[in-house]
Amino acid sequence: MARKITYQQAINEALDQEMSRDPSVIVMGEDVAGGAGAPGDDDAWGGVLGVTKGLYAKHPGRVLDTPISESGYVGAAVGAACNGLRPVAELMFIDFMGVCFDQIFNQAAKFRYMFGGKAKTPVVIRAMYGAGFRAAAQHSQCLYNIFTHIPGLKVVIPSNPYDAKGLLIQSIRDNDPVIFLEHKALYTMEGDVPEESYVVPFGEAAVVQEGDDVTIVAMGRMVNYAKDAAASLRKRGIQCEIIDPRTTSPLDTDTILESVERTGRLVVVDESHPRCSMASDISGFIAQEAFGALKAPIQMVTAPHVPVPFAASLEELYIPSPARIEEAVMKVKEYR
Amino acid sequence: MSAIFTVTMPKWGLSMQEGKVNLWLKEVGDTINPGEEIIEVESEKISGAVEAATSGVLRRQVAQPDEVLPVGALLGVIADADVSDELIDDLVTRFQAEFVPPTEDEADAGPQTQTVQVGGVQLRYLKLGADAAGAVPLLLIHGFGGDLNNWLFNHEPLSASRAVYALDLPGHGSSTKDTGIASLDALAEVVVGFMDAVGIECAHLAGHSMGGGVCLAVTRRAPQKVKSLSLIASAGLGAEINGGYIDGFVAAASRNAFKPVLQQLYSDADLVTRSMIDDMLKYKRLEGVEAALTKLSAGLFAGGVQSEQLASAVSGKPVLVIWGEHDRIIPASHASAIPGATVKVLPGQGHMVQLEAASEVNKLIESFIG
Repeated sequence: MARKITYQQAINEALDQEMSRDPSVIVMGEDVAGGAGAPGDDDAWGGVLGVTKGLYAKHPGRVLDTPISESGYVGAAVGAACNGLRPVAELMFIDFMGVCFDQIFNQAAKFRYMFGGKAKTPVVIRAMYGAGFRAAAQHSQCLYNIFTHIPGLKVVIPSNPYDAKGLLIQSIRDNDPVIFLEHKALYTMEGDVPEESYVVPFGEAAVVQEGDDVTIVAMGRMVNYAKDAAASLRKRGIQCEIIDPRTTSPLDTDTILESVERTGRLVVVDESHPRCSMASDISGFIAQEAFGALKAPIQMVTAPHVPVPFAASLEELYIPSPARIEEAVMKVKEYR
Repeated sequence: MSAIFTVTMPKWGLSMQEGKVNLWLKEVGDTINPGEEIIEVESEKISGAVEAATSGVLRRQVAQPDEVLPVGALLGVIADADVSDELIDDLVTRFQAEFVPPTEDEADAGPQTQTVQVGGVQLRYLKLGADAAGAVPLLLIHGFGGDLNNWLFNHEPLSASRAVYALDLPGHGSSTKDTGIASLDALAEVVVGFMDAVGIECAHLAGHSMGGGVCLAVTRRAPQKVKSLSLIASAGLGAEINGGYIDGFVAAASRNAFKPVLQQLYSDADLVTRSMIDDMLKYKRLEGVEAALTKLSAGLFAGGVQSEQLASAVSGKPVLVIWGEHDRIIPASHASAIPGATVKVLPGQGHMVQLEAASEVNKLIESFIG
């Protein structure tokens, strides 16, 4: 039965249910057990924000704290995946991917291809991403675009608790390496989530709301901002269709194309930098496939091409806002 | 003084908080009779018509097409022709000034589904209407792949003078999914257990499609618990069933595959909205659902043939049979399978006749069970 839980609880529940279902699922990362044996609440506190809390006690021997060495334990997770386990490695912040990039994009992503389909690498790498926490340039980036660029990786960016649970279960059951990215600002978001286990398939966009005037493609935290913008635009008589791709690799281009062919107007909202981003990728795809259907130039609402600022006032300016989305929609709507 | 009546945004289902106005079906100045459809409204889940609860003349269309309004908001005004325009304008002004849309918490405070354990199976159910002395309760049983929301337009209207229960059968809705059940009798056993568990000694049963077959199987198993049967597009009354629909329902894994399957259920294919398909996919993706539906369909409908014929199970109980003339799942010719039954075949309707022709079906059931 569905009940309301948070995004963070949905992730915890997906891990718990998959660990209960399949003994080959293990969780590893920095502080994912979290100081087991410490007194009181400090005992196995389950990660910096407590996402993995409770799993250590419930699944003895399968929640492994690792040294602060991403290159070491991500490599170990990839190797374990090749040898029959289904590891879920947590990288804490996506910004730390740099130190273990070879393990991910030169090794994990390539095995199935280079070994002629005889190897599978069912590893999930979870990481937090996104700005808005005054965590400065090295802990706030939105790097899903980089992984989307690499063939052999699947990239998942859930925008709500229901998708977070179903997509994480799908990620764990998938036989390819999956980069599963969690926006810090969404951890407290509540939503209806079934108690039972379920999957959300990869490559199937969600149509968050239907509308005939403008298509907004938004990802991760930006889906909620797009909803805010659309609610305000509705009062002005503009009906927005909001599409959440849910996975950037594979990308459900059909749903986006079908929508833009109907509305003729596209706004893409992406918290990343604009160059080589999902915003530019989706814009390019639509320009190529649906040029004749477009009634206005495509608008991209993205962060600027600068590092995430530490100063609160600048960070707020940096993140795409509902007001900027609304402005972009008006621009494509009023284009003549 | 003649009365003035407001027409307000309905609440269809527990989760509906707002609705969109599609179009007016009556013009200002039209005479309205009770039960007539006056305006079409769309919730996130489904679109349907709001019916007049009273007679009079439609005096104002307050809500405009495409407007999205909260549950309870003013849509229009019905009054006798002799009521002055001033009085009506006053009422509209006062209503709009005083109307406070329900908050999310208030909306959640309405009737809630409950759960009960029956022999290791958890069943979800919704009870509407109060237990009334002398009033026999009504139990609504949905069909294959459905759930208690299949009675969205029937449940509340039928509960004015009696308690009305709707449950999710095993393998369906929010009840336990993979129970291995593969026969109408096994479903009936659970339903009888449900009636015992919630304290229903005897009930009017109403079943749609496979749920009609379950009603018949309950009657065969425990006739003392059944006061009457209302069978809507019911299984168990003939051999034919649309095997392509059943197999397509079990197999569909994407929106595009599911849409044409679901469209076979309705006479108006536009009722199959994206959000309806998404909700059905969410259900199908729950652990155990595929296994449950596969076992059930193999047991009941293998090869497009219904394995159980239960017309004789009614053994003298009063029976109402309702069918949609153009039912593409189970043919309307099965409506005549029970001698002595009251039979009503609704012209132009499809399989989901209780949703698409809700008001007519409600009236038929209401006057049948009394």
